[in-house]
Amino acid sequence: MEYNEFDFDGYACSIPHQTKEKILLGHGSGGKLSHDLINNFFLPELKNAAPRNKDDAAIISLNGRRLALTTDSYVVSPLFFPGGDIGKLAVCGTVNDLSMVGATPIALTCGYIIEEGLPLEILKRVVHSIQETALEAKIYIAAGDTKVVQRGGVDKLFINTTGLGYISEGINISGSNAIPGDVIIISGTIGDHGIAILSVREGLGFETDLQSDVAPLNHLVKDMTSAGEIKVLRDPTRGGLGTSLVEITQQSNVTIEIYERDIPIMPQVRAACEMLGFDPLYIANEGKLVAFVAERDADKVLSIMRKHQYGQSAAIIGRVIEAGKPRIYLKTIIGGKRIVDMLPGELLPRIC
Amino acid sequence: MKYIDEYRDPNRVNTLIKEIQTTIRKPWVLMEICGGQTHAFLHHGLDMMLPNILELVHGPGCPVCVTPLEQIDRALAISILPDVIFTTYGDMLRVPGSSHDLFSVRASGGDVRIVYSPLEAITIAEANPLRQVVFFAIGFETTAPANAMAILQAKEKKLKNFSVIVSHVCVPPAMEAILGSKSNRVNAFLAAGNVCSVMGYHQYPAIAKKYKVPIIVTGFEPVDLLRGVLLAIQQLESGQSRVENAYQRSVTFDGNRLAQETIYSVFQPVDRKWRGIGSIPLSGWGLRTEFSAYDAETRFSVENITTKESSLCIAGQILQGLKKPTQCTAYNKQCTPQTPLGAPMVSAEGACAAYYHYHQGV
Repeated sequence: MEYNEFDFDGYACSIPHQTKEKILLGHGSGGKLSHDLINNFFLPELKNAAPRNKDDAAIISLNGRRLALTTDSYVVSPLFFPGGDIGKLAVCGTVNDLSMVGATPIALTCGYIIEEGLPLEILKRVVHSIQETALEAKIYIAAGDTKVVQRGGVDKLFINTTGLGYISEGINISGSNAIPGDVIIISGTIGDHGIAILSVREGLGFETDLQSDVAPLNHLVKDMTSAGEIKVLRDPTRGGLGTSLVEITQQSNVTIEIYERDIPIMPQVRAACEMLGFDPLYIANEGKLVAFVAERDADKVLSIMRKHQYGQSAAIIGRVIEAGKPRIYLKTIIGGKRIVDMLPGELLPRIC
Repeated sequence: MKYIDEYRDPNRVNTLIKEIQTTIRKPWVLMEICGGQTHAFLHHGLDMMLPNILELVHGPGCPVCVTPLEQIDRALAISILPDVIFTTYGDMLRVPGSSHDLFSVRASGGDVRIVYSPLEAITIAEANPLRQVVFFAIGFETTAPANAMAILQAKEKKLKNFSVIVSHVCVPPAMEAILGSKSNRVNAFLAAGNVCSVMGYHQYPAIAKKYKVPIIVTGFEPVDLLRGVLLAIQQLESGQSRVENAYQRSVTFDGNRLAQETIYSVFQPVDRKWRGIGSIPLSGWGLRTEFSAYDAETRFSVENITTKESSLCIAGQILQGLKKPTQCTAYNKQCTPQTPLGAPMVSAEGACAAYYHYHQGV
């Protein structure tokens, strides 16, 4: 066969820009699409009603005291998964969002949206789990609400929790506080929750003994703030560590460098990611935090973290190298260098 | 992790980089065929470690990127039908057709499901006998055996509600199209180790001889890729043009005979359009006549949908290695993974997406 006459130059693939007039699953992925929805839709629509800070909880000053307020909805499927359930997740997620601005959690409200026909036994297990987790986090369930919708209206059970906390004097934690020299610490292995959930979803054809890392981090944060100056905290949930770090570099307008070699990952998570074509940097966590710590305090904070049950595998994974440009450089295991970007939309498995 | 870590060993990587540095004298252009290799080069930052005079260009081996717009429009037309369950590999959801993509079909109520294997689509068809299950069979020789197997199973199980959109493409005709082009710049190929695991590399010596290019069968880990690069440079510097296998732990000369027989029992070579390139003679697989009942395009009468591709993005030049993604005026401006102008920005394996995610100004 001869191709000598073949000429590529006339060909190109071009596709018109798309207008995204509907909400896609990717808008809820915690990645770039979610951020676009907040910045280009919610904030302009809500005008001045919405706070402009981009931390995990809003801070409200009242008579000289600072209160933290946050809300989150939980729609996980399946309701029960290795290492946790929707109830534990609903308490931990909101407690952790309060903790990420350095707040001590005070009270939580729980709204249940239930599909008709849900066995009471299931609800009982979920509520029991909420009670146990609230006890561990030392947070008080102050109010609740129940709505039942017809079959198909929701998938079994959705829970919304709103959390209130207070911030002690001297604590100033925000995504916009990072400066050159700060040391970046992760509290443990990344990707455990996302891969544990994937492993029990239908059709993936892999089994693992991996447990979700879902845990309340407020006690860990308290230990950390008593050990040194914590500048930034974030729990890398949807969108993973990669997306959280991008958010922080943008808020603080800094360039950071992270070391692939030092990021703790369970072998099961690595193996699943290799198989499915996922980058562990974008896999969700529910019991981990990433901290930016003043350089002089880094070792002390790290050793305190390692003594805590939720920080045993804590590790220094990078540092802030300069101000003025939001960017993440990853030093790869083999000595190469690349940038890390936000997850663009829904996490998709690759083809081959 | 065993079988991974030894191929990402920094010492072995450094030794190979040094060998490449001392071997290379002239500027050469290497093309890695597979999008997975492109991503591995950039994901590990390997491209930044190689000598500047060596230029890597990124080949057409990304199945999502080369699936023609027309076929995507046909798939979209089928996927929105009320009694259809449309199954596909995850990557395809983001690929825009003329006006929308499968994500928006799903958001509009279409039943679009991601599967990891076409055999899952068979299971879905068995569980939903009153609905039509369609599988979007795209990919190179890597996905063809499993897709063929699904069709064989559908026949064996006498499934009346299963059909496929076949958009299979083959690597060797694309290599010849690139080498035969007047504007070709490629001096050597890193052949796709995954494709060769299935097909072997018996088709390559004729190509290497005819166009006088070294072809190195290459894997996907850093040590594999660097071995491929080193062997290619050694041949180029000494004026040779042979086929060598740098991925022996997976690839044999003849390949996987059983997988090939499965392909040939269901598919036959056909002319195929490539997005960004155009029609290449006998460069794809279509269903053999005895399996035409499983052709979704006929079953749902969408063969009359034709779409013309215009010339806004330079994907064609990128896929044949004439330009780098960063040389496109739309790159990282109008064209990003959220608003892709061309397929190479869409797929996880596409060259433009690889540059966007790993490279921005490094």
